[in-house]
Amino acid sequence: MTDTPSPSVTIDHLRIALPEGADRPYAVDRVDFRLYPGKVLCVVGESGSGKSMSANALMGLLPEGVRVADGRIRLGDTDILAQDEEGMRGLRGRRMAMIFQEPMSALNPLMKIADQIAEVFEAHNLLRPAERRARALELLTEVGLPDPARAAASYPHQLSGGQRQRVVIAMALALEPEVLVADEPTTALDVTTQAQILELIRRLQVDHNMAVMFITHDFGVVAEIADHVAVMQLGRVVEEGPADTVLRNPQHAYTRKLIDAIPKLGAGRAEAPERPPLLTVEGVSKTYHLGGGLFAKSRKVEAVRDISVTLGRGETLGIVGESGSGKSSLGRCLVRLQDVSAGRIAIDGQDMTRLQGAELRALRRRVQMIFQDPFASLNPRIRVGRAIADGPIAYGTPVATAMAEAEALLERVGLPGTARRFPHEFSGGQRQRIGIARALALKPEVIVADEAVSALDVSIQAQVLDLLDELKRELGLSLIFITHDLRVAAQICDRVMVMQKGACVELGPGAQIFDAPAHAYTRSLIDAIPGRDWDQSAA
Amino acid sequence: MLRFLLGRLVKIVLILLAITVLNFCLIHMAPGDPALVMAGEAGDADPKFLAQLRTQFGLDQPFYVQLWAYVSHVLMGDLGYSYRQQMPVSTLILQRLPATLILSITAFALSLGLGVLAGVVAAARQGRWSDSLISAVALLFYATPLFWMALMAVLLFSVQLDWLPAFGYEQAASGLHGLARAFDIARHLVLPATTLGLFFMATYVRITRASMLEVNRLDFVKTARAKGLKPSVIQRRHVLRNAILPVVTLAGLHAGQLVGGAVLIETVFAWPGIGRLMFEALQSRDYNTLLGVFVVSSALVLLFNLITDILYRIVDPRIRAS
Repeated sequence: MTDTPSPSVTIDHLRIALPEGADRPYAVDRVDFRLYPGKVLCVVGESGSGKSMSANALMGLLPEGVRVADGRIRLGDTDILAQDEEGMRGLRGRRMAMIFQEPMSALNPLMKIADQIAEVFEAHNLLRPAERRARALELLTEVGLPDPARAAASYPHQLSGGQRQRVVIAMALALEPEVLVADEPTTALDVTTQAQILELIRRLQVDHNMAVMFITHDFGVVAEIADHVAVMQLGRVVEEGPADTVLRNPQHAYTRKLIDAIPKLGAGRAEAPERPPLLTVEGVSKTYHLGGGLFAKSRKVEAVRDISVTLGRGETLGIVGESGSGKSSLGRCLVRLQDVSAGRIAIDGQDMTRLQGAELRALRRRVQMIFQDPFASLNPRIRVGRAIADGPIAYGTPVATAMAEAEALLERVGLPGTARRFPHEFSGGQRQRIGIARALALKPEVIVADEAVSALDVSIQAQVLDLLDELKRELGLSLIFITHDLRVAAQICDRVMVMQKGACVELGPGAQIFDAPAHAYTRSLIDAIPGRDWDQSAA
Repeated sequence: MLRFLLGRLVKIVLILLAITVLNFCLIHMAPGDPALVMAGEAGDADPKFLAQLRTQFGLDQPFYVQLWAYVSHVLMGDLGYSYRQQMPVSTLILQRLPATLILSITAFALSLGLGVLAGVVAAARQGRWSDSLISAVALLFYATPLFWMALMAVLLFSVQLDWLPAFGYEQAASGLHGLARAFDIARHLVLPATTLGLFFMATYVRITRASMLEVNRLDFVKTARAKGLKPSVIQRRHVLRNAILPVVTLAGLHAGQLVGGAVLIETVFAWPGIGRLMFEALQSRDYNTLLGVFVVSSALVLLFNLITDILYRIVDPRIRAS
């Protein structure tokens, strides 16, 4: 940078102390950041790297017990750390604003959208009530909501995740702040929605000449939006520089490791070899009836529509689609956590959709599931060894044998000697390994993995995927891999099925789907993958 | 909304019918009948007299005939006649209902208002001594048996300090009218209403405090802080409004329960309400009165549940959608 404008935010030697007993003394240890008007600084790192803490320190929103121990934060000429709570209150929303990761929970469920936006003006005693509402409507228009008037009168639950994120952005923009802090604002969104929100942030940031601090763990997103990048590891900045340089020529080993861990799109498998069929899905539909009662008519939702597909022995079949595409509903039908409305699902020719009682139980163990949320899918009060052994015990294995097998399985997934621990003693990645061990305990032939790695950091994700692949080959498993992440699907799947609104729009070998998508919807999904251009130039 | 109300009303009528039948069956399984008690009180256990009484009350009819007679009368709004009190059951209940309503509504409002307030204060001062004090007092009220607390209150405020009347609804034959009478009733109301309210208040304190702390951790509270809102506004508008939802659920359950009569409190304070009427009717095997009280209090419970559901739909827009 030749003629450097003065920075909007200067962070020098920032040190954030964690409460005693934490895994390390400082969440953030002597980091420096500069935010410039009209520029986006991406702070990249895995969970626990201190990137969110840095952002929260700037906003004065550190969690209780966590405090700035040392360093300086300046917003223009204002010393942030010297402000009392009232002083910070005057800055928040007005000179710096923040958008958050979870659009689903970032809005008060009991307040109308317009009121929540109007609150920003109210907080700073600006405008009269009628003007506030008028401005709220203008802001909703500016962030590209399709029907701003309707959105203004809505409650949050009546909007989609992408729409809610637009509302949060509108709130952040309300007072034209100099600085926008975005903490993983697109992580919880579908790929196409993510692309739209990224474009929106980019556009607004240029229009309003804002300095943006963008927190993310996704290098694809970095490639889309960053001017400048800082890579954080365990509270320290290990590498920083202009986005192009860091992305194309990473210097630090950790940066390289993170970039290498990203599944590559070009890695798709060219053709699927002929395999003997194991699981046959024929014309399966699933319709939900919502609401209804004595006088109310129920609403019909066709979650899955006439899906036919065959899973070969030893094959990995990917099912990709956005939220609401019906992929998880189909997954639950496959393990018969719910019944199909029409069609049949057969394993080795035996229809499992009509079975009941003992026959169903015998079949259940052949198809097992790995769930998405590694935190919610394990009972917090049951030791993990017992959680794994429960399945076999239910099928009549003696307790001692089942427990011994559970220990062996834990060792196999890389967690030896942990059978007597409780789930909260493990990290997200470790819990997902436990989930895998649990599914394997019944010696299934088919594993249905529903977004099994979506909640994990990219390097952990790579390890779990490797483990799955290894186990699959070792045990001759067949895998159905449900994901919204096309990169992951491209990397590990033999064949991929793309679902939209409950129906299959395209089915074929991975490489074909990604290199020569036939359906317009598949193309739009692939175009929306963040960092695709960078990906191709790097490949 | 209209459809919702209509559906609920039909369900309420059906449930009420089922409760009536069930209560009737249960009471007839109990040993003894009104004829036996009346004959015993008259000092004449002559089998002939007994049989005559039974014929008079229809007790000699087969069970299903009695059941049908009762249910069909209830359906037409007739709760029967109390032979002991020599007046229609509905008149009897209507006489006692105002006292119960005054007592329970006062206790309810008191417990809800103070409970939520104390819960909010405790949550705001989490971990400090005022929080510990509020929580400890709430636990004490919650754990102490109601009748004991009532007796102690009488001992302290009526016997020792002589501030308040110990029992009754109003001063008998005082000839007071208008405001003076209202004030007299209010003085009589203080002890029973407070004692009854304290127990429920304790649950509201605890649930409000827990709920406030939980909501405080939610993301939208951080959004509100990032807007630069004042902490007091955040607490009131964002946290309390969300935290109050579980309190509404619980309060709805309590409201029905309270209107059904607080037997213990009404007995200890000689409060002429439904609860005591029920107790007296039970002792004298006054089946018609007993069943009448059951029908009316069940109806009130169901009514209050309906009101709670309607309230819930108003405070939580998400319910309306589903």
